[in-house]
Amino acid sequence: MSVRVGHTAEKPAFPILAHELLQDDQTRRNVRHATDVIRNKRALRVAEMPDWQDLRTTAHAIKTHTLLHLPHYLEEFERNCIRAGGQVHWARDADEANTIAIRLIRHAAERLAVEHPEVIKVKTMTSDEIGMNRALEQQGITPWETDLADMIVQMGKDEPSHIVVPALHKNRHQVRELFLQNMGLTELGTEAEDLTGAARHYLRKKFLEVGIGISGANFAIAETGSVCVVESEGNGRMCVTMPKTLITLIGIEKVIPKFDDLEVFLQLLPRSATGERMNPYNSIWTGVTPADGPQEFHVILLDNGRTRMMANVRERETLNCIRCGACLNQCPVYRETGGHAYGSIYSGPIGAILSPQLNGMKYSRSLPYASSLCGACYEVCPVKINIPETLIHLRGKIVAQDQNTLSGKLSQESMGMKMAAHLFEHPKQYEAAQRLARTGQGLFEKDGKLVNLPGMAAGWTQYRDLRALPKQSFREWWKRSHTDRGDGSSGVGDE
Amino acid sequence: MRIHLFIACYNDTLFPRTGMAVVNLLERLGHEVVFPTNQTCCGQMHYNTGYHAEALPIVRKLLHEFLDAETIVVPSASCVAMMRDHYELMAHDANDLHMMGDVKSFLPRVFEFSELLTDKLGITDVGAYFPHRVTYHPSCHSLRLLNVGDRPIRLLQAVEGLEYTQMEGSDQCCGFGGTFAVKNAEVSSAMLADKIGCVKKTNAEFVAALDNSCLMQIDGGLHREMGSQDRIRPVHLAEILNSTRENPLTAEALAWEGATA
Amino acid sequence: MSNDARFTVLDTIRRQLAADPDVETLIDDSPEEAYARIPRNYQRTSKLNREETLELFYDRLRDYDSELVFTDEAGIAKAVAHAMREANETLLLVPAGVPQEWLPQNDVEVRRDFDLPLQPLEEPRVVLTPCTVAIAMSGTIILEHSDEQGRRAATLLPDHHICVLWRDQVVETIAEALQRITHRTSPITTIAGPSATSDIEMTRIRGVHGPRRLTAIIL
Repeated sequence: MSVRVGHTAEKPAFPILAHELLQDDQTRRNVRHATDVIRNKRALRVAEMPDWQDLRTTAHAIKTHTLLHLPHYLEEFERNCIRAGGQVHWARDADEANTIAIRLIRHAAERLAVEHPEVIKVKTMTSDEIGMNRALEQQGITPWETDLADMIVQMGKDEPSHIVVPALHKNRHQVRELFLQNMGLTELGTEAEDLTGAARHYLRKKFLEVGIGISGANFAIAETGSVCVVESEGNGRMCVTMPKTLITLIGIEKVIPKFDDLEVFLQLLPRSATGERMNPYNSIWTGVTPADGPQEFHVILLDNGRTRMMANVRERETLNCIRCGACLNQCPVYRETGGHAYGSIYSGPIGAILSPQLNGMKYSRSLPYASSLCGACYEVCPVKINIPETLIHLRGKIVAQDQNTLSGKLSQESMGMKMAAHLFEHPKQYEAAQRLARTGQGLFEKDGKLVNLPGMAAGWTQYRDLRALPKQSFREWWKRSHTDRGDGSSGVGDE
Repeated sequence: MRIHLFIACYNDTLFPRTGMAVVNLLERLGHEVVFPTNQTCCGQMHYNTGYHAEALPIVRKLLHEFLDAETIVVPSASCVAMMRDHYELMAHDANDLHMMGDVKSFLPRVFEFSELLTDKLGITDVGAYFPHRVTYHPSCHSLRLLNVGDRPIRLLQAVEGLEYTQMEGSDQCCGFGGTFAVKNAEVSSAMLADKIGCVKKTNAEFVAALDNSCLMQIDGGLHREMGSQDRIRPVHLAEILNSTRENPLTAEALAWEGATA
Repeated sequence: MSNDARFTVLDTIRRQLAADPDVETLIDDSPEEAYARIPRNYQRTSKLNREETLELFYDRLRDYDSELVFTDEAGIAKAVAHAMREANETLLLVPAGVPQEWLPQNDVEVRRDFDLPLQPLEEPRVVLTPCTVAIAMSGTIILEHSDEQGRRAATLLPDHHICVLWRDQVVETIAEALQRITHRTSPITTIAGPSATSDIEMTRIRGVHGPRRLTAIIL
């Protein structure tokens, strides 16, 4: 099986990417502005909802339940989708999904008698995950992204930097440049209205002419075999309605049991993602409807590493994610670096747990450590994924993996940790080590602070000062000041 | 009351003043403090960094040292969070029923320092005197895992002469995050810069917290920037509450240079 | 090939779940029974009375810059004609099943969507339809696409949507609204304000694709 998660196999570790991005003031300003805006809007909309916590609890319960009975619900979805005239395909990994898509596109293009196949796409991170655009282009198929931000990213030959606002790293002047170059325009205003107007005009032509559409899905409803796409711009409606053939790529974790469950998710998702009571458009369709929309409809159900995550409650819970991006907006780490630092299509707190797991812990291994475990993400996650606990769980897996290699076992960190553990288990040696550190620090002490420390401690002193060890430890003070009754309890005596 | 103290390894070694303040305060309030000398660490550093196997014996040892303690106080919210969030999980994952029993008996007896005062001892006014302008940084563990709420603020506001001022962006992480501070030192210090900005804006003389880890991070950044200049001083809540008219806490006592304790 | 994939994916899930020692305690009954036990303590019925519900709905529509016209069934055609005049339009698209009585007799060219090909379908800039239900809390209108409410493209391509709504079609919550959707396998579109994007410097711009104007004729 060849699972692929975007470009994670090729990207450097988080600290390296973060280093570059921390120097990029423009991106940092954009990220800060965008996350502040959405975070504040979200807070307002959530404050209106006295039953917000109840909604989160139910959403978590629905997802947990569905995952525990996933084969049942996938089969039910498949049955009902086929009954309504849809066709359902299964893909174990990225390559398989792309192969299926290419085959379906080629057939559709033949029927359309189109020489050079083109497809219009509505935002789907899943297609970025499997590298679909590159795979299509390699086969002579041209994909057109139609979400404004994805279009900007595509034109800029760039990478998305946020789940919900993927082009937040670009300002409007940069966008204007891209539009001038790519839309064949000679002039264009600089305001956001001008740019959006240009996109509306440019894309309408595509919507009406390109006969093949590709979408993802926010929800796949087992009870009815329906698919639901949640959006703001209207390009989703265009892409799932206008073409003759529609291919929808759906991660297997997107299935929900019943139509009525939408009442929970359609309250949580818009408020969490964009701080709206309801997003402008939701499209729900089932199979094929005569004289309305695509007459050929295909669903590709995608695994690509998700089944790896089904054997443990912590890992399964990661699959609750409904891709709202609220965790990104809340995260103090993301706020400093933006999404590109994570080297994955899935960035921020959810990316830190999803990306390594999809990859079978082979790539994105630095991501579980790209967190101070502050827990702000968990507080806002609409489906209550305990991200901090999952990060710790994944750190455990990474350490266990490393301990199986010589370089891992002998790393500075590993040796240090083992030494510390030994001391913690042997109080007398621990106390001796405290005394030794105090004596030994003389070499590094200057005006009450420690300088030029070796090894990992250098990471601290590069940016902050470190106070010299106090002249006595607490336990030394205790022994001196409290009469020792053998059980350590206090008696007469003073400092 | 007979109160056992778990000092926390980093307080023991780096911030003994906090432990001294806890002991002095509780004794002044008429309680007996016990310090089991074989204690070392709660296991958080190992567990959170992923060294789960190494953390297990450390935790078992702690449980053993406090088997007979009726009431345990811990002046470190992150240690208490470690205990409440992970000790049962560790016993479960180790398939250790005996340990699970010990953990279940242990947890109800543990109190973070501010919890001990307000919940167990039922007091907010401890007779402290500290005529200074003070702000408060809620550590992430105390805020989100222990849900201490406004306990520390109520305790501060009951201090004679103390002027409390709220910090903007107080719920944002200071960037310490345990080993995160060194493994992702650069991002950690970027987060710290933001926090220091908020701290300075309060124009307070002191910033209090329940965790010396956060305070170490904030103090480390402030000292790098301003050295021994007159500046805001990070200090553990216990040390403020231990300040009295007879023995007031001073900024000089918190200075790095020429430190005596 | 897809059959192999189907088998492998489903089989892997089953084996993975079986490998989790905690799962046994979690799935000891049928999916239906387990589903029924999911806690649902969120609001599912109205807290507001009818008048409050309607006022809330009107408020939300006004927030979206929608026009509200209040009339009775006999006044629909006149209201439509008026809206067309205001918009400076003369060509009106209507789904096949919209009642004749709704349509202006003069000054407006009505184009019925009897399976129109793309070019004539795409021309009109105004479309007139009823809807199934509306949600007051979020100012959402829900269409079940059909002969009466039109195929999806009919309310997507034009720039101005005139929607006829009865007061008793307005409910407070989405939970109540979903109960009114009876043709669950028909295509369904929910509309809450015009399309929007904040993708450029987080400036919210209205009207990217789809109708930029909504006139609600409320009976």
